[in-house]
Amino acid sequence: MRRFVRRKMGLFLPWLIPAGVVALWQLLGDFGLIPERTLPTPVKVAIAGVRLLLNGELVHAIGVSAVRALTGFAIGGSIGFTLGLLNGVMPIFARLTDSTVQMIRNIPHLALIPLVIAWFGIGERAKIFLVALGVLFPIYINTLHGIRSVDPGLIEMGRVYGLRGWELHCKVVLPGALPSVLVGVRFSLGFMWLTLIVAETIAADSGIGYTAMNAREFFQLDVVVLCILLYALLGKLSDLIAKGLEKRWLKWHPHFGVRSSSTTPS
Amino acid sequence: MASAFWRSVFVDDAVVTRPKRIPVFRRDVPGVGKKGTDEEAFVGRAGSGASVELVDVSKRFAEKEVLRNVRLSIASGEFVAIVGRSGCGKSTLLRLIAGLDRPTGGVLYRDAVPVDGIDPDTRIMFQDARLLPWKTVLDNVCIGVPRWKAAAAKAKAYAVLQQVGLEDRADDWPSVLSGGQRQRVALARALVGAPRLLLFDEPLGALDALTRIEMQRLIERLWRQHGFTAVLVTHDVSEAVALADRVVLIEKGKVALDLRITLARPRVRDSGFAHFERLILERVMQSDQDHIEPQEYEI
Repeated sequence: MRRFVRRKMGLFLPWLIPAGVVALWQLLGDFGLIPERTLPTPVKVAIAGVRLLLNGELVHAIGVSAVRALTGFAIGGSIGFTLGLLNGVMPIFARLTDSTVQMIRNIPHLALIPLVIAWFGIGERAKIFLVALGVLFPIYINTLHGIRSVDPGLIEMGRVYGLRGWELHCKVVLPGALPSVLVGVRFSLGFMWLTLIVAETIAADSGIGYTAMNAREFFQLDVVVLCILLYALLGKLSDLIAKGLEKRWLKWHPHFGVRSSSTTPS
Repeated sequence: MASAFWRSVFVDDAVVTRPKRIPVFRRDVPGVGKKGTDEEAFVGRAGSGASVELVDVSKRFAEKEVLRNVRLSIASGEFVAIVGRSGCGKSTLLRLIAGLDRPTGGVLYRDAVPVDGIDPDTRIMFQDARLLPWKTVLDNVCIGVPRWKAAAAKAKAYAVLQQVGLEDRADDWPSVLSGGQRQRVALARALVGAPRLLLFDEPLGALDALTRIEMQRLIERLWRQHGFTAVLVTHDVSEAVALADRVVLIEKGKVALDLRITLARPRVRDSGFAHFERLILERVMQSDQDHIEPQEYEI
């Protein structure tokens, strides 16, 4: 019984602080300590949310933003992964490309926004390009690091057992690099939303960022706050997906799947 | 389930006599020749160990000469232990026999054929088990199944896991096994391909004393059952005497002693055992004294 209570507590605990903050916020707003023009109360934000949900604006904005984010992630992620893979497996390729990649990596990609608008206008391509660029490097670096840090003893073992070329990479190198690749994925999901928010706020004609900027024009602060909260929720959602992938693909790993308590002495 | 293993380890199976040595011919087509059940395919190959011949083998890394004109011949099915202090070149010698490194001088022959790289008939057990953590115990053993036999890989792997007493852990991840269990999985992986030459690079060095003895008995039993040629590198003289037909001492890159252990198997730690152990240890220590204080010990 006590254990049951403790487990329920464990589920409840992460939400204690967010719920407390929201409650405090509502109370301060109700007593007029936070002026309406500075920050609307949570109830007002919720009402705005229901309104936008009912007229379809919200769903449309989320859909547009999600498509941009995922398209950019798919393009940037696959380029970064392929590049990391090639550089990790072929030293000659790494010598050829790595220093170039490092130079590009150190340019803050958001600094390219003026140039990107000049190239692509404010259409979809500009945003997808920026997201892809932001996502590429965390995945590239972590893939490369993962491949380089695979235990050489395991590779030697693979060679002794007649694994070479493609088979060696599929059975030994890639699974060994996978934990590191997934760290890259989690990093880049953060970059994905960050890039998209900035790009949509500066230049867009649809999407969550556009909705927020538009609402600011009409001083609908409840909608602005709603959009900010949406980003927080979407970020949490993508983190949950990344964690799910880790659980699924790394179930052999003592940190993710295996219960170390089942270790038995021989 | 584990009781079968314990019985096999601790119950005296001296009744099993060494298989007769038959002259070995190089198998032209692997896997062809012996037809029978899966069990026979890798258990019933007794007497098919590879012979190894080293002719004036040298190995140098840059400036340092690790092995100097080593001459050694290992008969088919023989169990040879190579002992020596750390850094004497014994592990290098094993890597040369395995084909992982190439000698800088001299020639190595496996079954009268010069060694050229890694061979599917040669398997190595390393000091660490080197299991793939993302594969289950059974799938790790499957890696050792030669490709031409891949069809029944799981069944074969399972049968060998039974021989090392770990069939009930087949679906576990390696990370939940103990050190000794991991080495038993590595042994199963090495055996499943029915190697003719099995090389041990201090595979028991990291285990505790009781697990070591258990593993020594297991290795000896499987060696007698399968009939492969075994080369064991170790710094533990008593382990060498317990397991080997011959103990070879490597010192400063040369063979300093080549001693046949004439004790009956399975070996008991009696006075004969102690005699061989002392003989080898004294030889190791004597060279040390020669080296450090040559003038003080005149008799």
